[in-house]
Amino acid sequence: MGEVIVVTSGKGGVGKTTTTANLGAGLATHGHRVVLVDADIGLRNLDVVLGLENRIVYDITDVTGGHCRLRQALIKDKRFEGLFLLPAAQTKDKTAVSPDQMKALCEELKQEFDYVIIDCPAGIEQGFRNAIAGADKAIVVTTPEVAAVRDADRIIGLLEAAELRDPRLIINRIRPRMVRHGDMMSIEDIIDILAIDLLGVVPEDEMVVISTNRGEPVVQDERSRSGQAYRNIVRRIKGEAVPMMNLDEGGFVSRFLRRMIGLS
Amino acid sequence: MLEFLNRVFGREAGGSKNVAKERLRLVLVHDRASVSPQLLQTLKTELIKVIEKYMDIDEDALEINLDSNETQVALVASIPVKGMKRVTRHLASGI
Repeated sequence: MGEVIVVTSGKGGVGKTTTTANLGAGLATHGHRVVLVDADIGLRNLDVVLGLENRIVYDITDVTGGHCRLRQALIKDKRFEGLFLLPAAQTKDKTAVSPDQMKALCEELKQEFDYVIIDCPAGIEQGFRNAIAGADKAIVVTTPEVAAVRDADRIIGLLEAAELRDPRLIINRIRPRMVRHGDMMSIEDIIDILAIDLLGVVPEDEMVVISTNRGEPVVQDERSRSGQAYRNIVRRIKGEAVPMMNLDEGGFVSRFLRRMIGLS
Repeated sequence: MLEFLNRVFGREAGGSKNVAKERLRLVLVHDRASVSPQLLQTLKTELIKVIEKYMDIDEDALEINLDSNETQVALVASIPVKGMKRVTRHLASGI
């Protein structure tokens, strides 16, 4: 019996979909059977982030509406053994799926997969309520900005009200240099305000843009820092104790010197 | 120029994160209070229980609100007292 994890944030554009794609690909690399569910009905995105947009035949509303069997709608990612996508509908609106249908769908997926990861739409309306309906656990994604942290706080309150206790936090797009200069809230600042457990921190990284352009999750990029950050988060989800990545790689000169003497 | 030097040497230059934190703190006080409207009601009920041990108060006229200006948020309570209870003196001297 697998577990259902919803990835949510409140605010849009903080990296929910990218996070979902990378956690899915990462968990599949560890040999797990994983299905990613795009719950953002009407604004489907997870398919393009994963590079699977040309292979969609059926979507989530075809499954809940009984137009096809669940198995027919699942798209197998050929690059990652064990990774599947259940795409959102692009032409329907958020009321096309009900929370009860979502619950039943999650129950069915749990029988077959180790991890069911749901990409939640932005906002706190019907789409959000659908996405969390069948979830066992929640991951809240935020960035170090006032608006994103404020919305994360609201979402944490709503998750608790829905009895989804102890959500864990991913801080995305942190810029260590700005934090060092006191121009960006630090990990500690954000944890202090939101008072929830930290699951991981992903540094701002151009490689995320580059790999998303190609439709390839950055988690498989051995050299990028964001890829490393996602790999660490994947292991923490599996229950391993992985220390937080040292983001403070220093300025250009110290990086250069460290490389010269073989420290990094 | 000084700012530039500060930046080069990694000193606290802008410190704009402190502004962000302070704004966030204030906005969350409001958000969290408005997310749970029962909170004020619960607080009110418990306050009445405590105060009634010492005073007769007019429960119906009791008002509790969160007031705020740009720099702080305050819990403002208006509690009309109808009379003091004699037991206060016992409590004060009796311990």
